[in-house]
Amino acid sequence: MTDATVKMDAPFPASLLDSAPAPTVGTAQPRIDGPRKVSGTARYAAEHFPEGLAHGVLLRAPIGCGRITGVDAEAALAMPGVLALIRDERLIRNGGDFAGAAAPVQGVDEVAYFGQPIGVVVADSPERARAAALSVKVTYEAAPGVFDMEAARGTALPPTDDIYGLFLIHTEQGDVDRTAHEAAALVDAVWRTPSQSHAAMEPHASVAVWQDGRLTLHASYQSPVVTRDQLATVMGLQPSEVRILSPFVGGGFGGKLGVMPEAVAAAIAARHLGRPVKVVMTRQQVFETTGRRPMTHQRVRLAADAAGRLTVLQHETITDQLAGEVFFEPAGLATHLLYAGENRLVDHKVVRTNKLLGVSMRAPGEAIGQLALECAMDELAEALDLDPIELRLRNEPERHPELGIPFSSRALVDCLRHGADRFGWASRNRVPGGLRDGEWLVGHGMAAAARGNLFGPSRARVRIDAGGRVMVETEMTDIGTGTYTVLAQIAADLLGVPLARVEVRLGDTDDPASAGSGGSWGAATSGSAVYAACAELRARLAAAAGLPADTLTFADGMVTASGFRRPIAELVGDGLSVEGSVQPGESNSRFNQTSYGAHFCEVRVHAVTGELRVARWNSVFAAGRILNRQTATSQAIGGVVFGIGGALTEELVHDPRSGKVVNRDLGEYHVPVHADIPPIDVHFLEERDPVANPLLAKGVGELGVCGSGAAVANAVYNATGVRVRDFPITLDKVLAGLPPVSAARRRA
Amino acid sequence: MPWIEADESVPLTLSVNGVSHHLDVDARVTLLDALREHLQLTGTKKGCDHGQCGACTVLVNGRRINSCLSLAVMHRADEITTIEGLGTPDALHPLQAAFVETDGFQCGYCTSGQICSAIGMLDEWRAGWPSHAGAGAGPARTIDAAEIRERMSGNLCRCAAYPRIVEAITRYAAGEGAEA
Repeated sequence: MTDATVKMDAPFPASLLDSAPAPTVGTAQPRIDGPRKVSGTARYAAEHFPEGLAHGVLLRAPIGCGRITGVDAEAALAMPGVLALIRDERLIRNGGDFAGAAAPVQGVDEVAYFGQPIGVVVADSPERARAAALSVKVTYEAAPGVFDMEAARGTALPPTDDIYGLFLIHTEQGDVDRTAHEAAALVDAVWRTPSQSHAAMEPHASVAVWQDGRLTLHASYQSPVVTRDQLATVMGLQPSEVRILSPFVGGGFGGKLGVMPEAVAAAIAARHLGRPVKVVMTRQQVFETTGRRPMTHQRVRLAADAAGRLTVLQHETITDQLAGEVFFEPAGLATHLLYAGENRLVDHKVVRTNKLLGVSMRAPGEAIGQLALECAMDELAEALDLDPIELRLRNEPERHPELGIPFSSRALVDCLRHGADRFGWASRNRVPGGLRDGEWLVGHGMAAAARGNLFGPSRARVRIDAGGRVMVETEMTDIGTGTYTVLAQIAADLLGVPLARVEVRLGDTDDPASAGSGGSWGAATSGSAVYAACAELRARLAAAAGLPADTLTFADGMVTASGFRRPIAELVGDGLSVEGSVQPGESNSRFNQTSYGAHFCEVRVHAVTGELRVARWNSVFAAGRILNRQTATSQAIGGVVFGIGGALTEELVHDPRSGKVVNRDLGEYHVPVHADIPPIDVHFLEERDPVANPLLAKGVGELGVCGSGAAVANAVYNATGVRVRDFPITLDKVLAGLPPVSAARRRA
Repeated sequence: MPWIEADESVPLTLSVNGVSHHLDVDARVTLLDALREHLQLTGTKKGCDHGQCGACTVLVNGRRINSCLSLAVMHRADEITTIEGLGTPDALHPLQAAFVETDGFQCGYCTSGQICSAIGMLDEWRAGWPSHAGAGAGPARTIDAAEIRERMSGNLCRCAAYPRIVEAITRYAAGEGAEA
């Protein structure tokens, strides 16, 4: 069914992208879906209104652990317009995993966390459904649960699964204990990060329509095929009996990977009532009933010799998760490869708690793992009296320090040097608490960034119609990442047609399946599938021209060779359609593939109140070929700001008596706002990764969040002399340690 | 206004983007849900339904409000402008065009609210409304980034296009003579 397959078994000596005479790839292109988004005409999941639409509201558990013993819906069902209370055993308790077709945990009686779905109330209007859901009386038997990870740390056990080999549970080499005792400098401390929420702006929403036994779901998912397969399993259907449409997704960040409760509720209710049903989560439900980044307790022990060479890298993480769930927060991911050093230990353990499901959230593991590791590096540099950049330069590995395999490309050193220049790092004040500007203590901090470049199978269809217009179709999504534009650019450059002649259709499970949006792999995987299809189309056009493909130039809608020049439309007959696919291969195990970066920032801390402000920012990244400088820069900025939020404001607070999310709205869970964010300078180094894929590109989407929070924390220390290891760094945690107001030096 | 029972259907005329719409709505229907669910003007977004995110910002008689915090029945005499009333994909309002040029969005879900809010905000600036940024507002001054950031902080963007939104508003304000 696939016409052309590219497998990542060997490096690519050249990319066809480099043969485009006037490439759009690599330039800054405005989003082709931009006009629809800024005019409000892009339709998101909840914005579909099939005939006869009814509205469902999730009913949820009012306890953190125990059993539902009764549900009295008499009053609710007597209310006008109320159609049903559905407590179907197929409703899911936990959201789905990011891959695989297995059904998530189901059932409506056993309660594992506060706010889990236990039913859905349906009425003919949203107001009536909401009022009815509020009047349902639920009785229960509460059971003692585990709500406090720190108190239960002694019960931590290794995770049950390494998640397709992506997350290593435990690795060890050398003798960390003995070496640590002989070290010239040692840092051994614990960093804590709280639960965090993805908080995408669009709440989860599904509109379910059954027609002739087939379910169509307008929904907001990052990887519709994964969601489709899980939903089919849950419903007892074949995947072909389910179609999911997610052409526009209002943000994901990992919170919309596996199937979530609203999709199953809508599907079941629509089947039960024989009419379309829409279930939109309230913001509070998104916080309480979808997923979170698990909290962590991370012990990092770093030791170095007198020359500043690391001798011990030890990173032990304890995190929390619902019983029976395989996902864990792999905070040690980057510790495997960021720095050299003989003696190493990376370990993960999980405490089973009765709190909302832990799921992937933007750069799972790496985002908060580098928060701890890069703060520890800053402390070690200070113990050695070394510049923190110099410490990193002295520990730059030539090969993967644990596996011994080469890096496909690695420009961390260049990122550090360029970033330092752009920021003016050399002229910073090195005395903590030693620089003041009026009422503000001024500090500067830096950190390295690393994010693994993952690759998964992906397919795409590319068609050229008789008029020479190009259509790209794949189930891949654009969750704000720029997919529409990037795929159009690749097809335009490879087929030599103007960008405006390319249309891209995304997010339909009836189209060729992709790897979805997640793990920073979206652009490279789906883009490579488009590449494969376009390469095959070029071959077919060459055959139609009767010339060897490598003699042809594709530009301006024309196919040109020496003595040959024809419009592309004249060579396609009634039209050409090719499906391309890509597969991971030996290159994915023979090389370590990682994107790198370096962050530099200025933080201002009010000398009297402890108020913290980020004042200035430079980041430099190396992620292979940058496909679109406009959208990649936006992704990088977004990642950096995500990291700033994690460092300074974001904390999902659980009630220690029930696990309930206390701050379950956007007024109390503090994502950064306009006033929190200064201009963010992002610079991409020129790099090509010949191993990664035929685009020579690596992932960008999550790189910015890696290490950025640590740069903030290190700047806070430089400003104040206070090391806060318990995130987020709120003013109450720095206030007591601030230098006496009269003692700080004033800026000359 | 007379007392209305919950669940009572209320006849209502709403003027949206210069067009009058006759509706019968449940008295509990918010202006946001009247726009989205009843008129299917879905450009106005629901992010939190609690006035905490700004995604539902529309202009009521030229003033920006969170439409989720207002009942539809309160707006009989008002002129409501939504994102659909500003421009279309083929004929964008200059501020919409500036958002595309600067990439002042990613997922696009907060964007309608950011744009409507910015238009209302610039009118507040011209009218001399003060802000915490404290530089002093008014027709005699050009709005700066600090003022824009402060005055736009009710509009959240989880993709964090903030610096580019500020750039879009700055470009538009300069072009439209917000400093007049």
